[in-house]
Amino acid sequence: MTIDETPRPSVVGVESRGMGQARTTARDLERYAGLFARRTQGMRSSAMRDLMAITARPEVISLAGGLPDTSAFPSADLAALMARVAADASSRALQYGPTEGIQELKSCIVHVMAEEEMTVEADDLLVTAGGQQVIDLVCKALIDPGDVIIAEGPTYPGAVPTFGAYEADVLQIEMDVDGMRVDLLEEALDRLARDHRKPKFIYTVPTFQNPAGVTMSLERRRRLVRMATERELLVLEDNPYGLLRYDGDPLPTLYALDGGEYVIYLGTFSKILAPGLRLGWAAAPRPVLEKLSLGKQGADLCSSTFSQHFVVEYFARRDWRDLIATLRALYRLRRDAMLDALAEHLPREAEWTRPAGGMFIWATLPEYIDTTDLLARALREHVAFVPGRAAYLDGRGAASLRLNFSGVGEDDLREGVARIGKVVNEQVRLYSTLTGSTPAAPRDRPAKRPEPVVGATRAQIVPLPRRAG
Amino acid sequence: MTRVAVLAGGQSLERQVSLRSGARVRDALEQLGHDVIQIDVGPDLVDRLNGTRPDVAFVALHGRDGEDGTVQEILELMRIPYTASGPSACMRCMDKVLTKHALRDAGLPTPDFHAFSQTAFESLGAALALPAIEERLEFPIVVKPAAQGSALGIGFAPTAADVPSAIIAAFSYDTKVLLERHVAGRDLAISVLEGIDGPEALPIVEAIPRDGDHYDFEARYEIGRTDFVCPAVLERETTVRAQALAVAAYRVLGCYGFARIDLMLDPANDELTVLEANAIPGLTETSLLPQAAEAAGISFAAFVERVLGLAVARAPA
Repeated sequence: MTIDETPRPSVVGVESRGMGQARTTARDLERYAGLFARRTQGMRSSAMRDLMAITARPEVISLAGGLPDTSAFPSADLAALMARVAADASSRALQYGPTEGIQELKSCIVHVMAEEEMTVEADDLLVTAGGQQVIDLVCKALIDPGDVIIAEGPTYPGAVPTFGAYEADVLQIEMDVDGMRVDLLEEALDRLARDHRKPKFIYTVPTFQNPAGVTMSLERRRRLVRMATERELLVLEDNPYGLLRYDGDPLPTLYALDGGEYVIYLGTFSKILAPGLRLGWAAAPRPVLEKLSLGKQGADLCSSTFSQHFVVEYFARRDWRDLIATLRALYRLRRDAMLDALAEHLPREAEWTRPAGGMFIWATLPEYIDTTDLLARALREHVAFVPGRAAYLDGRGAASLRLNFSGVGEDDLREGVARIGKVVNEQVRLYSTLTGSTPAAPRDRPAKRPEPVVGATRAQIVPLPRRAG
Repeated sequence: MTRVAVLAGGQSLERQVSLRSGARVRDALEQLGHDVIQIDVGPDLVDRLNGTRPDVAFVALHGRDGEDGTVQEILELMRIPYTASGPSACMRCMDKVLTKHALRDAGLPTPDFHAFSQTAFESLGAALALPAIEERLEFPIVVKPAAQGSALGIGFAPTAADVPSAIIAAFSYDTKVLLERHVAGRDLAISVLEGIDGPEALPIVEAIPRDGDHYDFEARYEIGRTDFVCPAVLERETTVRAQALAVAAYRVLGCYGFARIDLMLDPANDELTVLEANAIPGLTETSLLPQAAEAAGISFAAFVERVLGLAVARAPA
């Protein structure tokens, strides 16, 4: 279970097992332990994950998920389209398909990418089981144990277990309101070069970043692409939210700037249509695409043909831009509601980002508050968020938290933020009592926000846990 | 065949651990041929118990509600025999402050400590007493929420500057915290199981973390993060002394059936101190009590059967 994809389970229960399997003992476990691959050392469960499991309780307002609002898709429409798939493409939809995806779907993807000013040929595309599979396949194709991946700090929490499973070393580059600090990236690359280490790829969510909510400026995009070309490095551009923009003008994607030379593009239908379809895609230089495709063959042969035919039908019978327009209007109101609520309820010592799109706000509290502990307290008030540490591999992020505004209605958003405000204020007061300091005066004008700061100390290469040898 | 309700899950932060304990207990009970009802403890608990009328309840809950005597009170009220300790012992074990007071009153060794409620800091100016406490306990100081298992919310404060944030973190889990003198040493877990002649200590488990210097939540529940040595390699005299101390603590706290007492052994002077007691210790694959029982030649199924028998034996006819 990743933190990002934790829908509420309809039934919470314990798996029941037959009598024959009841003989697990500590010694058996040692026996299994001897069989596990070395890379499983990099796959960890955590206290945070156990806490996150509790956020699925129905009484909890969860601002922790990364869930789109699927209720915006009319159920009658779903039924009608499913019926058409059954009538028009039954035998093909039930059959295996090509590993790279069915041609008709690739044409739909060409249209979606064109919407963000990208030109791509169908042959440059690989259809995958959600965007997540692209991250996995890219690691599978590029990463040997100990290879370096560069990511943003904070980074997408769902990528962390993938990097870990391939035993990568991860270097997280600080961000500010304009996204990844490309100057620091350059320094880091120089430092790595001096140590004769070259990162395999740079993983970035340049637009409405998850979890920070910030967007990389045009100047930095240009510089990043230039750097990748000069140093012959691949960039994995993860762009699930690009079309969910609420203010301002769109910026060119890295893929558009680079023309598909050194940028692997990751797209998904999860945020513009529905995550339950499990459909995403990669656009990549041909030699890379071939390796990704071979990796996918070994993983699952092909993505669900049923889902693919459904999307093809949807694109043929409906204007796919309509749903995005609906979602955009819905999420814009929710983002505004959350920003207002934050200004009203968080203490003056707190700061947060103001995303122009996407689904997340990143808030940073005074450094003496640990948001993993705070989550335990917040759960008693029936509200949840993602503690910042989940977005770092190097222990940073302890005072930050990620808030999602797309998955919850406005009333619940306001109530949820009010509850978080209550527990944060309680801790700020307590701290000032303990230290004899005075908390900052209550906020008067929400407009006087300091520049949001994302990330703090200098990045370190973090070797993910693995055994030597 | 006995009809056994396994109570697991619940609303506490240790829900996931409890579900794993419960699943394992359920497997063992089925293997023993019992009729098992699994109950995920929630607002419908009384309803479920009324509807299913089990002969006995196996309490596999950890943390708030399950381990603090609340569920035991309900079971008493409904006259359903249940495993492990009664309400008062559960309360004393769940609240580390009550545990330590009871031990100290009985003359059993436990690290020096001071406890405060949130109110004491907010309304009574307890913060002003912090320097005096810090001087008495000496750094590093361990800060713990009074009632939270699995090492959640436990912080180390190496200097005075670290104390306030550690206190705030601990208050995230409970409205009462304790500041405790840090005892460096070997982490010994002694499970106590009721036998024919009363409580007996099982072989000692020593927990040795592989990385880091701190036996935290992750290390506790993950295979391969901590090495467990059972029986712990100790002088014979030390083993006897530690086991006797664990049984004494078990008695002082009024436990029944089984429990786990966690001790520290200071290698500098060979002194033993009691850190805490768990009225319903974890019963997962990586938990310490099942390992200790196995080292004593008691299989998990045999442990479950014995504990069930004790529950029925305690119940008024």
